[in-house]
Amino acid sequence: MSGGAEVAIAAAARPRRTSPLLLLLSLRTLIALFVVFAFFSVTAPNFLTLETLVLLAKHVSINAFLAIGMTFVVITGGIDLSVGSIVGLAGMAAGGLIDRGLPLPWYHVTLFPDVPVVILVALAIGVLVGLVNGLLVTRLDVAPFIATLGTLYVARGAALLISGGETFPNLVGRPQFHNTGFPILGAGTVLGVPVSVIALVIVGVIAAYLAARTPFGRRVYAVGGNERAALLSGVPVARIKLIVYMLSGGCAAFAGLIVASELVASHPASGETFELNAIAATVLGGTSLAGGRGTIWGTIVGAFVIGILGDGLVMLGVSSFWQMVIKGAVIIAAVVLDQMQRRMQRRMAIQAQGG
Amino acid sequence: MSAAAAVSDDVILRAEQVGKVYPGTTALHAVDFAVRRGAVNVLLGENGAGKSTLMKILAGVERPSTGRLFLDGREVSFASVNDAAANGIGIIFQELNLCPNLSVAENIFLGHPSVRLGFDIDTARHAEATRALMRRLEHAIEPQALVGDLRIAQQQIVEIAKALARDVRILIMDEPTSALSAAEVEILFRVIGELKAAGVAIVYISHRLEELVRIGDTVSVLRDGRMQAVAEMRDIDIPWMIAQMVGTIAEPSAEAPRRSGAPPLLRIEAVSLANPHGGFLVDHVSLDVAAGEVVGLYGLLGAGRSELFEVLVGAQPEASGRVRLAGADLSGQPIAARIRAGVALVPEDRQRDGLVQSLSVAANLTLASLWQFLRGIAIDTARERDAVGRTIRDLLIKVSSPEVEVTALSGGNQQKVVIGKAVLTRPKLLLLDEPGRGIDVGAKAEVFRTMRALAREGLAVMFATSDLKEVLAVADRIVVLAAGRVTGDFPRSEATEARLVAAANQGAAAAAGIAA
Repeated sequence: MSGGAEVAIAAAARPRRTSPLLLLLSLRTLIALFVVFAFFSVTAPNFLTLETLVLLAKHVSINAFLAIGMTFVVITGGIDLSVGSIVGLAGMAAGGLIDRGLPLPWYHVTLFPDVPVVILVALAIGVLVGLVNGLLVTRLDVAPFIATLGTLYVARGAALLISGGETFPNLVGRPQFHNTGFPILGAGTVLGVPVSVIALVIVGVIAAYLAARTPFGRRVYAVGGNERAALLSGVPVARIKLIVYMLSGGCAAFAGLIVASELVASHPASGETFELNAIAATVLGGTSLAGGRGTIWGTIVGAFVIGILGDGLVMLGVSSFWQMVIKGAVIIAAVVLDQMQRRMQRRMAIQAQGG
Repeated sequence: MSAAAAVSDDVILRAEQVGKVYPGTTALHAVDFAVRRGAVNVLLGENGAGKSTLMKILAGVERPSTGRLFLDGREVSFASVNDAAANGIGIIFQELNLCPNLSVAENIFLGHPSVRLGFDIDTARHAEATRALMRRLEHAIEPQALVGDLRIAQQQIVEIAKALARDVRILIMDEPTSALSAAEVEILFRVIGELKAAGVAIVYISHRLEELVRIGDTVSVLRDGRMQAVAEMRDIDIPWMIAQMVGTIAEPSAEAPRRSGAPPLLRIEAVSLANPHGGFLVDHVSLDVAAGEVVGLYGLLGAGRSELFEVLVGAQPEASGRVRLAGADLSGQPIAARIRAGVALVPEDRQRDGLVQSLSVAANLTLASLWQFLRGIAIDTARERDAVGRTIRDLLIKVSSPEVEVTALSGGNQQKVVIGKAVLTRPKLLLLDEPGRGIDVGAKAEVFRTMRALAREGLAVMFATSDLKEVLAVADRIVVLAAGRVTGDFPRSEATEARLVAAANQGAAAAAGIAA
């Protein structure tokens, strides 16, 4: 994780530049996590119980998947507004395949694929939407905001078209079709840990590794930091952008599968406004919307801050209206602190040079 | 500081021990500068000497880190350009500061519109005042014309009119003639004469030394952010100005040009790049470069030097012609493949094209050579760290840790990072576009020493420059470009300033024809 936060910590560790305030600022997301956690541990009864925490982690995992994919896109200087719609589309694709199968009218048969195939198909659909986003951005020079705003509508429309707006209920599959087992993704546990949480750990580790330790990750940062310099250094800028949108689409589809599996039903409107939560977690985790800076680790912490805030406020009985106000204020505060840190680092760099 | 005592009562604006620090660089070190009333105060210095910074401080664009400003003997500090303007200080920026989507009149009165009832813009008065200004500048530019539709020279006139529209007592002009034709320069000089007669103090920056001799009254020379010398124009001449500006030049290397019988490492055949506005940016250039050779590519602004380098590194896919490096045909290959094949470019504008500002020194250094540090799909951090450490030592990059962000470094050290990035790709051909620009004299000498050392190791080195002294001091062989064509190719022993200038001006007329 070669993002700004780590550099700041490294800088603060050297005696000449030590500043407790700067250290606090650079750790702000983690501090925020501890603060909200401690706050609800004290104020909300039952917050600090295993059941609550497991449930919390499950809630967080959905947003975290979206936010991990979003982080790659945002580091390249882009944005992906289509992820919420991909959640709905992937869920509907999976639900349709399990509930109604794939009718092949020419052969007068209906295909009911196994659950692993269903999952792969749904993921592929997410990646495909990402591919479309990436092609629009790289080949046709559409601004990422507009390109993904367009696919937001298209993918949502497609999700509604699959069932004509209906919900696919009771996605347990039928033993005679060998397509049972879908609910495991959302409800299953291994040694008491939900499958979705295990998946989050695995995806999080892989994503963090990709970002910090591979040429791909380094190039993602370079594209967002200075596209021209990256291009002249031989970075295949267009391919990198294509891949990050595909990653984001794939992550969103996975989140959609978990949502559908947890509910054991797929609803075409599921995932609405999820893209905003994902962006919020990304920004809260220290990723700069201008590109070039951010970490997967920070994003996951950011997702937990938002998740704990949401669940904790519910447990305290705070109205959902106030929840929105508080969430918004926290996001703005995060960005303000981020700017403060930048300014301080700049000032200290100047002082270090003068002294 | 010979003329520090020349403070007389006709000084209108005085900067005392003014310094400016940016992250990574100290642009000005405690500079004294006096601006005299009714005189053309020339400020002279190389690129990066601190002229623009000092101007910006005088005009209220930047605030000084240290030091004080006195206007009419009274200490002042300007919070903004408008604040400075309210005190009668106007500035004409080098890079035009106009809104292309607004009309001439709207641009001129942008900062201080005449309004009725406090909000209704008096367009008629604007138009009339604009016409008056244009009459004074002897240009028939319509007040309603969109600035974006004007030629660059006309835009420059609008910029000047904008400054005149405010009742200026001090007018700062940063390279006002760079876009003007000879006739337009004459008009500008006449206007300057009128302003002088009216008691306006002019601060004038230009690289055209002949111009300065004509209109300058006093000359202040900045070098590396320090005030090098102050003199009256009547006491000095052009060689004096050059000597003060440049100081000692990078030592000429004692090596003789190598011209062995070996086949050339780089062979360029009829490489062309069309200009989207007609003509060619690079016009059928053919060139051979041998291993171990340092070739200086000399030419005026717009001669096509940077474009030729961009073609060689693959950043201009529309280019035609053949490029062969060590026998391999690179034509049509993308940038990444060419870098792997051994072409490395150090771009002219290191902030825009060379560095990823948000990344660390280490990540910038290895960005173009990550393939060398692979272990499976991951970067072998130990090997990467070794390579980074070695490069920092070899190139004498001054940095407290490889993990600091690259923007914290001084200009010279940033330039070394860009060079280090190129060297880490293990190039056979190293292209450096204006490698000495914007860095101090010491760093410049080190950069040129590094270039020579790399050539000794068997690289072919090409560097582009518009600095005669630099190219004569460093290159084994000098190729002159003019209007995209090769107009001269001299071994160092045969190259003289006069020959290079003559070659560089061949076809300059043709270039002017295209521009007009």
